[in-house]
Amino acid sequence: MCGIVGLFIKNPALESELGSLVAPMLSEMTERGPDSAGIAVYRNPQKDGCKITVLAQQQDFDWGVLEDAIKSKFALKNISITRNHAVLSLDSEIDEVQDWVNENWSDLSITSAGTNIEIFKGKGNPAEFIDQFDIKSMSGTHALGHTRMATESAITTEHSHPFSTGQDLCLVHNGSLSNHNRLRETLSRNGVQFKTDNDSEVAAGYLSWRLSEGDDLDQALNHAIEDLDGFYTFAIGTRDGFAVMRDPIGCKPAIMAETDDWAAMSSEYRAIATLPGAENARIWEPEPTQIYSWKRSSA
Amino acid sequence: MTEINLDKSSVRELNEKLQGGSAGDTFTINNTVGKHALSVGLKSKVNVEINGHVGYYCAGMNQQANIVINGNAGPGLAENMMSGEVRVTGNASQYAAATAHGGLLVIEGDSSSRCGISMKGVNIVVGGNIGHMSAFMAQSGSLVVCGDAGDALGDSIYEAKIYVRGKVKSLGTDCVEKEMRDEHKKELEELLSQSKMSFNVEDFRRYGSARKLYNFDIDQVDEY
Repeated sequence: MCGIVGLFIKNPALESELGSLVAPMLSEMTERGPDSAGIAVYRNPQKDGCKITVLAQQQDFDWGVLEDAIKSKFALKNISITRNHAVLSLDSEIDEVQDWVNENWSDLSITSAGTNIEIFKGKGNPAEFIDQFDIKSMSGTHALGHTRMATESAITTEHSHPFSTGQDLCLVHNGSLSNHNRLRETLSRNGVQFKTDNDSEVAAGYLSWRLSEGDDLDQALNHAIEDLDGFYTFAIGTRDGFAVMRDPIGCKPAIMAETDDWAAMSSEYRAIATLPGAENARIWEPEPTQIYSWKRSSA
Repeated sequence: MTEINLDKSSVRELNEKLQGGSAGDTFTINNTVGKHALSVGLKSKVNVEINGHVGYYCAGMNQQANIVINGNAGPGLAENMMSGEVRVTGNASQYAAATAHGGLLVIEGDSSSRCGISMKGVNIVVGGNIGHMSAFMAQSGSLVVCGDAGDALGDSIYEAKIYVRGKVKSLGTDCVEKEMRDEHKKELEELLSQSKMSFNVEDFRRYGSARKLYNFDIDQVDEY
């Protein structure tokens, strides 16, 4: 079991409240996933340059050393540090920065890359995570969150969701995949790199691979229905919005709701009930294998 | 009339109060915000009105009580109900009335997948559509669908009866369309009337078991 939440702000006046709206949603999903929590937040778009989030294995990682090293190599605009995560804004080629981090910093991993996305995650109770990363103060356009109850692999920060699936893309998953080992081998041969033995990371890797092969998100998800065996409700964050899809059996729960101010999805209504105006929202259950997506029209 | 506000009372306090009620008592429950297991295990003829959406397993194991939910219901509504009546004015999620032995479940909106799975005597009336695998292994009772039915309706069904007014996306294994005889029209008329649904019985079709899975078929011995 796991809990998923997603919130997309339609009324720009509410963007400053994104964190304070999504934090109670995540908190409400604690019983579905008390092991660890994570969030992908889309904010502070970099018009020129890029943004990557890096995760350090040690809580007391010396970020000053990284900052000095990056400055000597790339055009670092800003580094924002929260515990064992740092968000780097740079005027540099994103692939070059990622390659450099991967080659030179074995105790760092990149959790997100793009222009808008930032991903934070940590093991432990979701309430602690919300406090430690000051989720309530975050502003932004949309966010996806996950609370994890591990069923098939270890409880570590690296095993926690969301998983990056490409630039400004991420995946959160409720369910379990039964063919992830075979699929991981196939994808590895195609150059996809994996950090853990987690099944959801394979789903993320699969989508990354399909997208790199030229699929758009809808095509990649339709291919996923063919190639992923198991149970899943997926929520996929994109630069402009997010998408939701359930497997053909559709036994993992999902509920969606929309008002003039926001669109939301969650594993259960009780997470959506925390939002303003939820009692009068249009509420429905997503049909199996149908892709539901929200997108910012101005983007 | 007793009002219970779930802002102030816990779910356990609520259920204890409802279970302690006597025939004819009336309860109103507010501030449900999708909480789980509301109004479960009731055994007397109390009347319960729930205002708001409810989460998993509302009205589970109900006996005799009359429960109305003014909102939507999460998965497992009226699971294993024995008797009484449960009505939801909105939609219900997966496996509503699973394994239920008796009573009447009315869903005024849609019901999603696996509605009436393994039903054992309950009557279910759905005003809208139902999802895939509904009435899977249904054993007894009737499922009335005033809208459309999803894939694999009545898969591996035993002796339950299914009435559908709209389209059936596909029938499950051993489920077939059957003749609507007078006795079925009479039963359907009564169920629609009890549920306060005004549809014409002539618009419904009946589905049930072809009874081909009941006995071992020697021609299929090679399958094992």
